[in-house]
Amino acid sequence: MTALEPAPVVTGVRDVTRADVEDFLYAEAELLDAWELDTWIALFTADCRYVVPCNDTPEGDPTRDLVLIDDNALRLRSRVERLNSRKAHREYPHSTTSHQVSNVRLRPVEGEELPVVAEFTVWRFRGERSTTYVGRYAYRLRVVDGHLRIAAKRATLAMGSLRQVADVAIIL
Amino acid sequence: MTATFDPTRQLAPSGPLVEEDREHHRFRVHRSTMTSPEIHALELERVFGHSWLYVGHESEIREPGDYVRRPVGNRAVFMVRNKAGEVKVFHNSCSHRGAVVCRKDSGNAKVFQCFYHAWSFDTDGKLVGVPDREAYGDGLDFGALGLRPVARVESYRGFVFLSYDPDIMGLVDYLAGAAEYLDLVVDATGDAEIIRGTNEYAIDANWKLLAENSIDGYHAVPTHDTYFKYLVSLGTDLSGGVAGTAKSLGNGHAVLEYAAPWGRPVAKWEPLFGEDSREEIGRLRADLVEKYGEARARRMADTNRNMLIYPNLVINDIMAITVRTFMPTSADRMEVTAWEMAPRDELPQLRQRRLDSFLTFLGPGGFATPDDIEALESCQQGFHSGGLEWNDLSRGMARDPLANDEEQMRAFWRQWNSQVTGVER
Ligand code: FES
Ligand SMILES: [Fe+2]
Repeated sequence: MTALEPAPVVTGVRDVTRADVEDFLYAEAELLDAWELDTWIALFTADCRYVVPCNDTPEGDPTRDLVLIDDNALRLRSRVERLNSRKAHREYPHSTTSHQVSNVRLRPVEGEELPVVAEFTVWRFRGERSTTYVGRYAYRLRVVDGHLRIAAKRATLAMGSLRQVADVAIIL
Repeated sequence: MTATFDPTRQLAPSGPLVEEDREHHRFRVHRSTMTSPEIHALELERVFGHSWLYVGHESEIREPGDYVRRPVGNRAVFMVRNKAGEVKVFHNSCSHRGAVVCRKDSGNAKVFQCFYHAWSFDTDGKLVGVPDREAYGDGLDFGALGLRPVARVESYRGFVFLSYDPDIMGLVDYLAGAAEYLDLVVDATGDAEIIRGTNEYAIDANWKLLAENSIDGYHAVPTHDTYFKYLVSLGTDLSGGVAGTAKSLGNGHAVLEYAAPWGRPVAKWEPLFGEDSREEIGRLRADLVEKYGEARARRMADTNRNMLIYPNLVINDIMAITVRTFMPTSADRMEVTAWEMAPRDELPQLRQRRLDSFLTFLGPGGFATPDDIEALESCQQGFHSGGLEWNDLSRGMARDPLANDEEQMRAFWRQWNSQVTGVER
């Protein structure tokens, strides 16, 4: 098993432990920091969702409200392709990032999905600039062929605005 | 802190800042306009102190007592709907000893009570409560101690503006040709609302770079290649290209108006919108024809608009409607605030399509805006490299300007130059 190979093998969504989830989230963070986005996106289900609400509307509903990011699988794939190309000018060359995940909490299983809440700090360094994103992840995880997979990831920012970080061109 | 000497800092030249030579089709702008702290200070007074500035949209405060608080022209103000249903804008400072009176970004209140010594004000700004009033005897005129409304407030088709200049011309005169374009946007939208969710970001670049960029058709293809690839991957046929014109609307306002290959939620159907919305979009279009006639309806439904209302309001009516304002905090930095506008009673699938269109292009997490941010910061860094003194904005001077020419930016700069240096437009 290489360092970047994700997810331990798990049997069913009801048997998942916090240690399993932590290993999975740390592996995800490592892939993002390594810019291994093609491997990273394979952690998502085919019907996935990746959402970042606006700072002033943390409960924002992407079907009614303006959010910062509302990616289905197709748009997430386009985001990855964009970031992999040399034409995402804001991220070429790529920032150096450090995705830090903590306070991991498992909520009761709903159907075949395990809701997970965690806190994040994402450091981003590019040129002379150092910025920090702070907030909370809400995941919905499933077990697919013995691996944890992300059906939904929502990153709610704790910062009151993006004035200090300019944009969310990186993946949180 | 020690003062640092920046050898590349551009001081204002003694000659002109904006140079136009119609005979040789040359228009250029001195880069000190983008970097000089002295010029930044002049702008705050001469541009932002004497223009109409966008505050917000009436849909943000529908009910009496609804308020929003935000800086406008770097000054803290709040906008509230009073009991009579009128829109008021106040300086956000207590008449007693200065504390901020409205302390939340939005909400509803019958009275605004200052937390410091508990003076309270109604939605007309009138002082209605002073603890231990008898301590003041009879001498003090409580009627004169209300909140201070900003010098001028006017609204056009739901867009609320203020000016700190009591003697400025009326808003409709100021908007000049831009008023008709606001009509187009509002008439096509019907009952328009600013939807929930605000983009609040910042760019380390001079604010005028965003004024230029917001109406710059020239950069779209080279800068936003990844976005156009995304559209093509979804099945949009871009081969028709973009065709349109750029024009000055008076008083520094300018617009690009163009037909483009993509659809519009009101009201130009394209396959991306899905078969299930085809009928609804057709109906919206027929409504426009009935109300406004074929020619005007076609303009509303089929053409896109990028409009700059001088100095710092952008209304882009494309696959979604963006309302964006920006304000310098120094010569090298601006804060940007952007909203999305939509018909209030829109069908869910059209709203979804509109939101998707906005998000994929626009906003700090979109597929295009981050690259605009990068471009603007890159220009600002380039200016500080020194050596070159002038920016060139001559494109299209030798012909009737097209949407990817630079006439619309020249209109902005002429107005800016006349306000800042007093040169005739
Ligand atoms: S400063 Fe507001 S009551 Fe004193
Ligand atoms: Fe752009």
